[in-house]
Amino acid sequence: MAICTGCSLLCEDIELTVKDGAISHVRNLCRKGHGHYQGLLTQRARPMIDGEEVALDQAIAKAAEVLHGSKAPLLCGWSNTTLEAQAAGMSIAKKLGASICDTSPPCLGTLMERIISGSAPTCTLDDVRNFADVSVFWGSDPSNSHPRHLSRFSYYPRGEKRQKSYEEERTCIAVDVRKSATATLCSNYYFRVQPGGDGEFIESILATLDGKIPKFGEKKRMIELGTILRKAEYGVIFPGPGMLYSLQNKLELFETLLAKLNEIATFKVVPMVERFNSRGYYQLLHGPGNSLAAAAKGCDAALVIGSDPLAELPLATARALARVPLIVIDPHRSLTVDAASVVIPSAISGMEAGGTALRTDGVKISFEPIIESDLPSDEQILARILEAI
Amino acid sequence: MVSAMEIYMLLPKTNCKKCGLPTCMAFAVGLLSREKKIDECPPLIEEKKYEAKLKKLREVMAPLETASETGLIIHPEKCFGCGNCVVACPVNVAAEPTRCGVGLGPQGDKVILRVEDGVVICNNLKECRRFGPNKVLCNACTATCPSKAIEFV
Ligand code: SF4
Ligand code: SF4
Ligand code: SF4
Repeated sequence: MAICTGCSLLCEDIELTVKDGAISHVRNLCRKGHGHYQGLLTQRARPMIDGEEVALDQAIAKAAEVLHGSKAPLLCGWSNTTLEAQAAGMSIAKKLGASICDTSPPCLGTLMERIISGSAPTCTLDDVRNFADVSVFWGSDPSNSHPRHLSRFSYYPRGEKRQKSYEEERTCIAVDVRKSATATLCSNYYFRVQPGGDGEFIESILATLDGKIPKFGEKKRMIELGTILRKAEYGVIFPGPGMLYSLQNKLELFETLLAKLNEIATFKVVPMVERFNSRGYYQLLHGPGNSLAAAAKGCDAALVIGSDPLAELPLATARALARVPLIVIDPHRSLTVDAASVVIPSAISGMEAGGTALRTDGVKISFEPIIESDLPSDEQILARILEAI
Repeated sequence: MVSAMEIYMLLPKTNCKKCGLPTCMAFAVGLLSREKKIDECPPLIEEKKYEAKLKKLREVMAPLETASETGLIIHPEKCFGCGNCVVACPVNVAAEPTRCGVGLGPQGDKVILRVEDGVVICNNLKECRRFGPNKVLCNACTATCPSKAIEFV
């Protein structure tokens, strides 16, 4: 049995057949996970310094040298690597006085901080499967981002208190600007919000919960939604990027809603982080983290691991990052790998390297390597850099 | 999925009865339920003026040919591999209550639906509730699919 690092659900029931160092057949892995592993196994990164192929040891030594000589180093990425590698990264940051950042939007950091500190009520996905009768996908479309979310936890499985599951005992609600694949499955319980209108939407729910007429949205529909939420035995909200981008720094509104709902019923919030160990990064960080936009402008060298910032970040931040020497640790070629001064290829976490990671709900998942590789793991590479600086 | 009306539009619409049915519409319904075959309409096959219609009809009917006896058609290219159908199918749940029943992928070979190499495949179709003398109109697999990758004829 293997685990999948294709998204933050870290599915553990994957049955793989490996032949000649490649996956020849696999059961239970979703399409996204399948694509993730197929992609990683092609176009592997090679050790490089300034575009010339070198020995792995040379690349690691060069990385330590660049970081050591930097006055304002930045260590960025981290969401696609193990807890052990993240911990090693934090030790390097401490030793060098470097900034450490992930590549997700700052609004996610704020939500994660609330959840991890316990100020927002949360539960595990296993609790969702066993107890939840109302699931709200808000600005999230798990059918695409976390394909097995509904089948493993939030809608279709039978649980301890939910033996009749989706047929009779679970209601799923989608709140989104467009009718996503997940929203189609929620059929009558799809509620459209205007782009940027999540704040107003929350105000309307709050009004209906108070027995008042909502100011925004279709009144009848809002009252219908208020009634379902009010009657929930165990409700769970899954806020996705759609909601977080829309609320930005008005997250208190969402917290007010949670507090209000918890006066009436039990309501939890379970985040929908994208990468397999984003949750681990926030948990180790104990805080909302730094703004990458500012850090990228202020740094004079950067180490990138477990992400492809040049491809993913807003253009201004990507440009700021591209002007400094980049050291990239990655199993696979990417835009950032191609632009890097130093490339250190690593073993693929979850396939060639073992370790631990935190699922999106905070549950720790351990994994063992399933394919042999000569390449060192992220953790081993970082430990060697830490030693050399 | 193609409708009886769409099929009808591609027939001669002369109600010649050569297929043994009273109207072209009845023949269209027969095609859809797979009780009739395209070749049973002589004018469509023999007369040159229907050539374009015949070609089009064969195209729209092609997916139906691959349909299983229960009328189940799978479009692997659309499938997300999400496992919703795997977990929802009552036959799967009965076969592996501690796996499919609680959201995990199946281990044994008794299930109908499973995800392999990232997409759904089906086996043991004769176990499907839509099959056999006691058939019921189960639609657990199509109703839970986010991508319309499973259809019934
Ligand atoms: S849902 Fe996520 S973790 Fe599970 S198999 Fe798919 S990509 Fe992998
Ligand atoms: S129709 Fe019902 S029994 Fe048949 S495969 Fe679909 S879910 Fe399973
Ligand atoms: S057929 Fe539909 S429900 Fe089944 S795994 Fe594919 S996408 Fe999911």
